[in-house]
Amino acid sequence: MLLFLLASGLSLIFGVMKILNLTHGSFYLLGGYLGLVVLQKTGSFILAALGASLAIALIGVIIERFFLRRFHLQQLPQVLVTFGFLFIFSDIATVFWGANPQTMPRPEFFAGSLQFAGLYYPTYRLFIIGFGLCVATFLWWLQDGTRVGAMLRASVDNEEIARALGINVSLLFTLVFGLGAFLAALGGVMGGPILGVYPGADFEVLLLGFVVVIIGGLGSLKGALVGGLAVGLLDNFGKVFFPELALFTIFAPMALVLAIRPAGLFGRE
Amino acid sequence: MSAASASSSVKSRGIAVLFLLTMLVLAVLPYLLSNYYLGLVIEILIFAVFAMSLDLLIGYTGMASLGHAAYFGVGAYAVGLLAIKLHWSVWSALPAALIVVALVAALFGLLALRTRGSYFLMITLALSQVAWGIAFGWRSLTGGDDGLPNLPRPELGAGWSLAGDRPFYFFVLLLVGVGVLLLMQVATSPFGFALRGIRESETRMQALGYDVWRYKFAAFIIAAVFAGLAGTLYAYYNRFVSPDYLGVFRSAEVLLMVILGGAGTLVGPAIGAAVIVLLENVISAYTERWLIVVGTIYIMVALFAPNGIIGFVRDFRARRVKS
Repeated sequence: MLLFLLASGLSLIFGVMKILNLTHGSFYLLGGYLGLVVLQKTGSFILAALGASLAIALIGVIIERFFLRRFHLQQLPQVLVTFGFLFIFSDIATVFWGANPQTMPRPEFFAGSLQFAGLYYPTYRLFIIGFGLCVATFLWWLQDGTRVGAMLRASVDNEEIARALGINVSLLFTLVFGLGAFLAALGGVMGGPILGVYPGADFEVLLLGFVVVIIGGLGSLKGALVGGLAVGLLDNFGKVFFPELALFTIFAPMALVLAIRPAGLFGRE
Repeated sequence: MSAASASSSVKSRGIAVLFLLTMLVLAVLPYLLSNYYLGLVIEILIFAVFAMSLDLLIGYTGMASLGHAAYFGVGAYAVGLLAIKLHWSVWSALPAALIVVALVAALFGLLALRTRGSYFLMITLALSQVAWGIAFGWRSLTGGDDGLPNLPRPELGAGWSLAGDRPFYFFVLLLVGVGVLLLMQVATSPFGFALRGIRESETRMQALGYDVWRYKFAAFIIAAVFAGLAGTLYAYYNRFVSPDYLGVFRSAEVLLMVILGGAGTLVGPAIGAAVIVLLENVISAYTERWLIVVGTIYIMVALFAPNGIIGFVRDFRARRVKS
């Protein structure tokens, strides 16, 4: 589900703006760190999640407005810019928070675990699953059920016509990029108590996000959901059964999907 | 038509002269520079080939690979393993390493070439990360994090040793020179022009009867083999191989070299390689925050020099001619 949060942002940004956002993992990482800071200051998990995600969304908006905006549909400069920010952010993170992994305390409310059919489920994990489903529903509603969503879909299908119809595509793009960054940072805060926050997480997470969207199909919400579940399961089982080949258990299925459907399971050509 | 071909033959003669002059200057350098600077030149030469090999993909064929370091690293590991564990001489280890690189590239190419555009970026990055994961995780073979230390400098046999810096420099210069010549040959051959055609319009090339996939596949493998050559040389130079060789940082760095120099020119990426290697050495002497600096460079290049140094010079010239 964390992967879904991450991949949905990545997929959203790509689907709408055709930008391959390499900074996405950094949003996740910085989100985690900022969340930790707010949590230590205020002690409120909700504030931490909201504050950090909003701050990162703001950073995302700035990057989009002042840097990526100029390179609309130009792939190589986009790659350079997002790579540049990836490096800058990861270095900044080490400057401020050092090279040691940090763990985030679990919110107290979800500290316990539930017993069901003889197995224990930590409530926090259940909460994340539920939360992920809520976000998925919200995004689906946003895309298919609102006016903004309709404008979005119009911009994706034919940007010029959408512009001609008076839709402010450029504002829409900025909002989408911000939302994508928000989702990534949210993933970072929510994932903190389970996975910890550590240097290098930005990159690991980016790769997992890639695999998810490759399997699911870029720009598809359904794809991000199914892909996130598949990769999450594969990753966990892979680590248990073939610890030495951890990466392999994710990439082999990805290769398989690519070989059969190059655009991913739910992707459009 | 004849005027165009005449001017292109003048141009290619000019390039040949330039190439010979550069080689001449480079051949004299060891007698002028201290060992430290000679080491820098060796690094520049190696990365020049590496960047030029990527340019064949990006600049000529229009396939932006984000995982080109995979082949650099596979070449380095292959030579390292063959030389350290099996004690192969350079005569057998180097060609064998290049064959290994070609095989890996063929496998990766089969997967990656099913995609294009952003998917291609992602899949090449992901594949290189698989290679990195294997190098990092398979401790018994690759030494994992610690890498492969104590790789001896090559011995050519008959008492010729390349242990010294100067003889090793000439060894690198020779191989790099041959590599550059071959790459330029590829780029200006009918094959190279077909690649350019593919970059401009795949469907049109298909309509003209070209087997586009086969051309891309061949370009992918050729580029990988030259990256592998650079990797083997780098391994011999450092006497050490580590997972960093295949890491994404290296892939990004070589991409920066190509774009900074000017994609699609071959000469440009070599210049880009020189600039980045020098910058890296200068800046890392002053600060530990090299990543922040390099990140800023990436963004500056994208903002102010999207066509690279070569493109910048060309624009400048064109403007002067006009005024």
